[in-house]
Amino acid sequence: MAQFNKSDIGALLAKQGILIAFAVFMIGFTLANPRFIELDNVSGVIRSSAILGVMALGVTFVVIGGNLDLSVGSMMSFSTIVVLDLHDKLGPGLAIVAMFALTLALGAFIGFLVGYLKLNSLIVTLGMLSAIHGLTLTWSGGKNMDIADKSGTWFAFFGQARVMGVPVPILIFALLAVLLSLLLAKTPFGRKVYAVGGNGQAATFSGIPRARVVFMTYLLSAFCVATAGLLQASRSMGSQNTVGQGMELEVLAAVILGGASLLGGSGTVVKTVIGVLILGFIQSGLLLVGLDFYVQYIVTWIIIILAVWLDVAAKRGRLWSPIA
Amino acid sequence: MATLNRKDYIKRSAIWGFIVVELAFFAIVGDVMSVSDRTFLSLDNMLLLLKQSAPIGIIALGMTIIMINGNIDLSVGATFALAAIVLLDSLTWPFMQALGDWAIPLAWGFALMTGVVLGAINGLIVWKTGVDAFIVTLASMLGFRGLVFMYNGEQPTSHLNWTLVDFAEAQFLGLHTATWFLLGVALILWLVMTKTVHGRNAYAIGNNREAAINAGIRVGPHFMLNFMLIGFLAALSAVIFYSESGSVNPNDGMLYELWAITAVVLGGTKLAGGYGSIISTLGGVIAIQLLRKGLGHIGADTQTVNLVIGLILIGVLFLDRQLNRQGKEELKI
Repeated sequence: MAQFNKSDIGALLAKQGILIAFAVFMIGFTLANPRFIELDNVSGVIRSSAILGVMALGVTFVVIGGNLDLSVGSMMSFSTIVVLDLHDKLGPGLAIVAMFALTLALGAFIGFLVGYLKLNSLIVTLGMLSAIHGLTLTWSGGKNMDIADKSGTWFAFFGQARVMGVPVPILIFALLAVLLSLLLAKTPFGRKVYAVGGNGQAATFSGIPRARVVFMTYLLSAFCVATAGLLQASRSMGSQNTVGQGMELEVLAAVILGGASLLGGSGTVVKTVIGVLILGFIQSGLLLVGLDFYVQYIVTWIIIILAVWLDVAAKRGRLWSPIA
Repeated sequence: MATLNRKDYIKRSAIWGFIVVELAFFAIVGDVMSVSDRTFLSLDNMLLLLKQSAPIGIIALGMTIIMINGNIDLSVGATFALAAIVLLDSLTWPFMQALGDWAIPLAWGFALMTGVVLGAINGLIVWKTGVDAFIVTLASMLGFRGLVFMYNGEQPTSHLNWTLVDFAEAQFLGLHTATWFLLGVALILWLVMTKTVHGRNAYAIGNNREAAINAGIRVGPHFMLNFMLIGFLAALSAVIFYSESGSVNPNDGMLYELWAITAVVLGGTKLAGGYGSIISTLGGVIAIQLLRKGLGHIGADTQTVNLVIGLILIGVLFLDRQLNRQGKEELKI
């Protein structure tokens, strides 16, 4: 039974374990294959993590508020399909506006159920995962969506263009990360999200409108999902109905890896970004080292459990669980 | 659990009432709209429905115990796929082929053992690290899926054994093999949960883990046993299903965990733990399958099914809370 002392190396490891692990991985992969750290690869990794990352930013708010969102994957499929379908009917500008409006409406619906009706978020978003998938299939009739004239539209800008040499998805991801980080850390709203997630009852007693705060976190999550859907649609200019399937759990994995507690009340946007990048770089690093793609699943499995274990161990002051 | 008041009886029978409503609705609407020349309420159709409920149903029954404990298992879909691959692949091993039909029970054994081992891994981690089961199994869902891909890449694994197919397609007293397994598992688990110490402990732990520990229940081994059980059941479900179909894709079983949880919640089991019943879960499983089949019968697209099931799940949650306002339904993760 290792007892952690505050001054101990163990405590440092547990507190900053995720950053240390990140550094170790980066150095290890670079030693194994110097191409790993080259600008091309780094920018490629961030670019392909951007969609997952944007979604994770929104889910961070939901999780800090003490809830879960398992519906972001199918909601992302919905946004992608809707914007692709409307692109040829309404033109790119209106299509994007309409898609954001519809996705935000879904987010508002979930926010209403979880915030105002106080229903269990796990089950509500589980139900919405299924319901939104049905909605997407109904919208598309089960067919893949494609933009007819792929070269004659500025729609490709979001997913494929570069501004001053930086791919636009990275710019959008970075911009959102900075804005949301400020929102969470520096505004009254951000403090309310922590308060509601940390102790909902205490927050209510101190006059924080819990329902409205929870509602807003889901609206924010839906906004991020819509942005992710836009990036996805613009990058591929065509999509299947199941493009976001399974992403809800990857997103959650990134948020947890970043150190947000599922109990609510803890986590930051920056840490989530690190969580997303760790997942992305591990994936790329393992491939560059020459390992098969499935190894990343197994490595992710081990990393998540170790990361959360260290976190839990640091909080209770002992490594092994007290459960008999 | 000792004293049930009237409200509890209403809640317990609600799922069966819902099933009756579904049956009546689909039978009448199907008839009136005459969209289908088959009758919905035919015996054959109902028997088929039970058979089709089996794969998710067997997993959902195990999930009930996990959720009564106050835990959750998100990795069952991946366990399902890996067990299926072990089953089909082991039949092609040279020494197994030399055994003739005796290879079949051995292959079943290998597959079931796979499930038990994967469950034990989950259980051991939950027990020893104290990390919440939601996170542990979320991570192992990825990890186990990695093992699935490791086995055969993105290629499907196929092996058709006609003895197995005959067994899986057999009917005894009118019921299919899969149905017998579903009902058998339900009966055994019902006995375990209502008549044994293990079952009583499961409710006690879910109700109040601290109190259970203080009362001397060894919570860790108890969790581990239940995770081994659900691993076993996920493998059993795979074994029955793939004995018939004979081919497994590495993506098979994805989202099964969510379907199973949906069935359990429809049956009235609380996420917070301490409350739930095996028989009600069986009802939840049948209700979902009925909905799928019924909507197909009245001509709704398959995509509508997802929409309806999702909304019904939320509706059930809402009604449940209205019925039980003082209840403690906060998610305890």
